[in-house]
Amino acid sequence: MTETLNLWLIPVLPLAGAAINGFLGKKSSRTAVSTIGLFFSGTAFVWALTVAWRLSSVTLPHQEFFLNNEHLSHWIRSGSFTVNFAFYLDQLSLVMLLVVTGVGFLIHIYSVGYMWDDPSYYRFFTYLNLFMFFMLTLVLANNYLLMFIGWEGVGLASYLLIGFWFTKDSAASAGKKAFIVNRIGDFGFLIGLFLIIQHFGSLNFAEVFTKVRPLASETAGAGLLTAIGILLMVGACGKSAQIPLYVWLPDAMEGPTPVSALIHAATMVTAGVYMVARSHVIFERAPIALTVVAVIGTLTAIFAATIGITQTDIKKVLAYSTVSQLGYMFMACGAGAFSAGIFHLMTHAFFKGLLFLAAGSVIHAVGGEQDMRKMGGLRTYIPWTFLTMGIATVAIAGIPPLAGFWSKDEILWKAYQASPVYWVIGVITAFITSFYMFRLLFMTFWGDYRGVQVDTHGHAHSAHGHDDHGHGDPHESPWVMLAPLVVLAILSVIGGFVGYGNHFEHFLAPVFGSTEAAAEGASHGTEYALMLVSVVVALLGAALAWTLYVSKPQLPEKIAASLGAFYDAVLNKYYVDEIYAKVFVKPLVDGSTSILWQGIDRKVIDDTVNNAADGAQHVSDEVRHMQSGNLRSYAGWIASGAALVIAYMIWRGVAR
Amino acid sequence: MVPLPYYLVLSGILFACGVAGFLIKRNIITIFMSIELMLNGVNLSFVAFAAHWHVLAGQIFVFFVMVVAAAEAAVGLAIIIAVYRTRETLNVDQVNLLKL
Repeated sequence: MTETLNLWLIPVLPLAGAAINGFLGKKSSRTAVSTIGLFFSGTAFVWALTVAWRLSSVTLPHQEFFLNNEHLSHWIRSGSFTVNFAFYLDQLSLVMLLVVTGVGFLIHIYSVGYMWDDPSYYRFFTYLNLFMFFMLTLVLANNYLLMFIGWEGVGLASYLLIGFWFTKDSAASAGKKAFIVNRIGDFGFLIGLFLIIQHFGSLNFAEVFTKVRPLASETAGAGLLTAIGILLMVGACGKSAQIPLYVWLPDAMEGPTPVSALIHAATMVTAGVYMVARSHVIFERAPIALTVVAVIGTLTAIFAATIGITQTDIKKVLAYSTVSQLGYMFMACGAGAFSAGIFHLMTHAFFKGLLFLAAGSVIHAVGGEQDMRKMGGLRTYIPWTFLTMGIATVAIAGIPPLAGFWSKDEILWKAYQASPVYWVIGVITAFITSFYMFRLLFMTFWGDYRGVQVDTHGHAHSAHGHDDHGHGDPHESPWVMLAPLVVLAILSVIGGFVGYGNHFEHFLAPVFGSTEAAAEGASHGTEYALMLVSVVVALLGAALAWTLYVSKPQLPEKIAASLGAFYDAVLNKYYVDEIYAKVFVKPLVDGSTSILWQGIDRKVIDDTVNNAADGAQHVSDEVRHMQSGNLRSYAGWIASGAALVIAYMIWRGVAR
Repeated sequence: MVPLPYYLVLSGILFACGVAGFLIKRNIITIFMSIELMLNGVNLSFVAFAAHWHVLAGQIFVFFVMVVAAAEAAVGLAIIIAVYRTRETLNVDQVNLLKL
């Protein structure tokens, strides 16, 4: 019997925070709301740290029931099939736990500053805590169904937070888009779960994996495991914004910036990677599904990166960058290097969370403006934001020794072993990533300030709800926003060193098994050569960005003009939204309008009901004249009726 | 002994008188009496058949009819009194609405 860690507390604490703020927040002061929000997300983080501290006192994987009571935690019991509210702790979920609670807590702190002037301040913290609850449920679940609850729950929280400023039309429709696109992925996920239930009779991770392990790898052709794997990947595509379901993530930037940082960069969108990594036992035995994962990841990585080059909205650049980086994680998973994928997930949470928060700080500084063409020269105005954002940019570009270098290099190395094609595309993507990230940095912080002076009475772009404090120049954010930036910057610098000497992989080895045996085939020389290539490529990207956006700022327009139609295609995100609208949305809307609404609903259902009612009315309109109230007419009816019956009987008698 | 057809003809005449009164008359009490006449016309044929075939069932049936007729008279007359009190008429043509 091992020690009890009270894992159930971790998701329940933020839920309590959400409940308190949700029910009482409206009448409470902002200070009270922030205290509640920070306290409950903070204690969840502290508890996660405690769990990490006491990790050695339990045998992993460690399972616990809700409230530590098996009888209370029964959820579904049907024959031999049971689902419990129970939690599962191993090295993988511990990493996710620390990332979610840690980054989540930092973003909670940041939100206090960023959202302070918003009229729905309490609502924001309610949703944020609710999100934490669902995300932690997802990460800690010991079965696929509970994971699915968390999965749907974070989708709900994401919907609520994207549409946080729901009076803005674009925000409301972005929320709907995210929710609907995710439903498509969830459909695949659910079918996958049904297949698992049908063939393995359980959704419990431990039980399913025990039954899957003895199965042979489906190298010869697609089979059950391949089907399950691909269906799970469909779900992951929706949640983690991969081709073909990535379209919702750029639109999700309509939400407040802390939300973009927490949900749409650091945690929720990585749920797909986590799910695939959690199901690695299935994927490892389904090479075709793994190839699908790798190909989708690789394509998404380069596809989204190219779109990122042309975007001018600071958050949109980061959104496409997120899609691209998630592609890297799937590339790693597809190459069988799950620990590399999780490693990148972790470092990405640090530097992309930081990038978004810094972008929020920039937006805050220039009074709600998000267009980079109207920024520039902010270096001197907001030095702390500049410094932290610079660190994050260097980190994501993959320049050593920052976090992004370690994880990205690990992925590229593992991808190279799987197939050099992945590696080539990965390196090209790394080059593009470095280019567009430095483009963002240079456009924002170098050159001259191109924006309008922020006037004293609010500003032109007040849609973001935070009032400025009445001075003309861009101004630095308050310490409550800068502190999380600094912490994340430190993590972005040192976070990669856990991967030094494969420590991270060793840590996760009990979950994924060691891949070192496979790595021994390739020489260390190759590894260092590849590493050198990716670093050079990253520096080249930065240099190119410097040339185009600092030393010769007139060049980009010329290049854009010379590329012509191709540039237009990239600028318009390859017209994917338009194609989807034409191919899927319009036929659906038209079909629903003409067939379902005008055809079935109006013509069949409405008309059936209305005609039945009209008919009854017409008939009774005629019949009611018989009920005149005149007694003698009734008597006449009775007499003639009786006469008819008698006449009939006599006629029958005669006929016989 | 009076032959059966005599009874049946008388019974038919009584019943026809009842039907005619029931249809033609406007006074509620007359209509009521016509109903009684029809009932008793039928009663006469019942007892005639019972005597002719020596079957007791017909006579018992007559008792039932008389019980029902008595009950009907009690209820019916009460209703007629109520109608007269509220509408001050016994003409059925003027009593064509349940509500006042």
